[in-house]
Amino acid sequence: MTALLKSREAILLAAILALLALIAARFPGFVAPSNLVRVFTDTSPLIILALGQMCVILTRCIDLSVAANLALTGMVVAMLNTAAPDLPVAATLAVALALGAVLGAINGVLVWKLDIPPIVVTLGTMTIFRGLIFLLSNGKWINAHEMSASFTGFPRAEILGVPMLAWIAIAAVLLLAVVIARTPLGRAFYAVGGNPHAAVYTGLNVGRTQFFAFMISGALAGLTGYLWVARYSVAYVDIAGGFELEVVAACVIGGISIMGGIGSVGGALLGALFLGVVKNALPVVDISPFWQLAISGSAIIIAVAFNAQSSRGRGRVILRRAEHRT
Amino acid sequence: MGVFKRLMTGAAVAAAMAGGAQAQDDPVRIALVVKALGIGFFEAAHKGAEEAAEELGNVEIIYTGPTDTTAEGQIEVINSLIAQRVDAIAVSANDTDALVPALKKAMDRGITVISWDSGVAPEGRQLHLNPSSSPLIGNMIIKLAADHLPDGGEVAVLSATTTSTNQNVWIEEMNKVMGDYPGIEVVATVYGDDLADKSYREATGLMQTYPDLDAIIAPTSVGIVAAAQAVVDAGKVGEVNVTGLGLPSEMAGAIESGASKSFAIWNPIDLGYSATMLAYNLATGEAEAAPGAEIPMGRMGTLTLDDNTEGAMADPFVYDASNIDEFKSIF
Repeated sequence: MTALLKSREAILLAAILALLALIAARFPGFVAPSNLVRVFTDTSPLIILALGQMCVILTRCIDLSVAANLALTGMVVAMLNTAAPDLPVAATLAVALALGAVLGAINGVLVWKLDIPPIVVTLGTMTIFRGLIFLLSNGKWINAHEMSASFTGFPRAEILGVPMLAWIAIAAVLLLAVVIARTPLGRAFYAVGGNPHAAVYTGLNVGRTQFFAFMISGALAGLTGYLWVARYSVAYVDIAGGFELEVVAACVIGGISIMGGIGSVGGALLGALFLGVVKNALPVVDISPFWQLAISGSAIIIAVAFNAQSSRGRGRVILRRAEHRT
Repeated sequence: MGVFKRLMTGAAVAAAMAGGAQAQDDPVRIALVVKALGIGFFEAAHKGAEEAAEELGNVEIIYTGPTDTTAEGQIEVINSLIAQRVDAIAVSANDTDALVPALKKAMDRGITVISWDSGVAPEGRQLHLNPSSSPLIGNMIIKLAADHLPDGGEVAVLSATTTSTNQNVWIEEMNKVMGDYPGIEVVATVYGDDLADKSYREATGLMQTYPDLDAIIAPTSVGIVAAAQAVVDAGKVGEVNVTGLGLPSEMAGAIESGASKSFAIWNPIDLGYSATMLAYNLATGEAEAAPGAEIPMGRMGTLTLDDNTEGAMADPFVYDASNIDEFKSIF
């Protein structure tokens, strides 16, 4: 099993490298180190969100409210910044993480205690969050000149030539890798998603595990909310509209099974990077915008087909063994 | 949702009526229906409408619209306005055709119907007030770029979606007048889909693909802001001038940073004012909407209608460092 996962990540990595080579053939500047840093930075929000989404999908759930959570948290911190421009960035980050976690916890509680299907819960909260932004802001934009310099400057601040935004994504990847591999909670994600009934018999609380997955996803979405608003220096109702689908797509491309229980941090990272490279490359290689949509879509379908293929193989093996025993 | 909206509109009207009843017995009630509530542009148009109402005296403005930019929402709003028997409806439509049946019903009941900003098909309204004409806008966006490039240069267009009618028509009109701007070359047209992140990425891509790029023309309010941010982040302020159509409040930062030297937009205050004046003149029978008619609109002069009973208000208004502070707090 691990070998399969590893090889799947290797295939994806090879696909990304092949893609980069292809792009470099048409536009050599794309693979310059400074540009690769730029592409990674541009993909950072997607990476952070994909990590959270991965936790949720591992537990056989889905979180469609991440983009709305991002937009709501982003609007709140932007409004906070206009009200109190001197608030230190650390406090803004804390507020973003906390608010995001609370919004994620709302999803989690609904799934855990009321046993509503996650797709319905998060579809509902997605709309509610967007509506709340409207109520909070009256539909008005918060613009660059209303935000303080430290607020918008933080994600751009460079350490060793790499912007803070990218460092945060790297930190999130490392943190999640540890949580997934080395904590009881991380292992519980796999157990709950792989076989919920078996998980119950081993003493795991399925609902509670899903609740924490949603909370992690929410906290990361909240964090991204601040980073997003600061990076584009604008907050309004529709920011990151439709982004939740891109996040799910990144996970799917990264080999995280939508049926739960299969997936890895590396997969989420590579899936997000694959989409990020495609999105950043298409504008410079001069491909018609109509093709851009078709290319992104094909990548997702190919990945899903690949996943379906591998899980089907696994099923057959089990059946054959059962056959031999009887 | 429908009931809620109706209640909201009802409450707004009731409040407006309570206020108006003391001043006049039977004021002309003009409903200004916008694409969605809470958009700065339309709030400013409302301001203009109130200005016209004050000038006219015997007018009551009902400012309303759905909470999101859908035709369905607007149809509900229009139906409730018909039930309230307003005298005139001035609508900025979310859909050219979808509103026609509802507006026809309004006209059948003797309500004056005009569209402004975003039009309705001719059979659904008496006249349409364009904020400007497409040729005027097409010329303006390239002129804004060319004014800062006396020796010519490379410019690129960052549009909304590939299917945005407005943007496509403006770009087409712009291409028609390119002959008037020798030395200016449009090297690319890209689409940011009116998403901040995609527009930012496309603008960054433009600067990479065309290192000698002198200007980015973005005839869309999301795109122009994102492009300005991309220019600042790329450290190309002064090299690449971002211009096009945007709102002063949203572009104040870009003007301040120098990423944008100037940009244009019709003045929404004038637009709301003109729409109200036109609706009033039609509702009171002082003018009639017919091809070739000239209808007065107060301080904005007169509107001349073409064969489709459409007319253009004025040239887009240019905003730069000299007037941005005055307008950024308005819309």
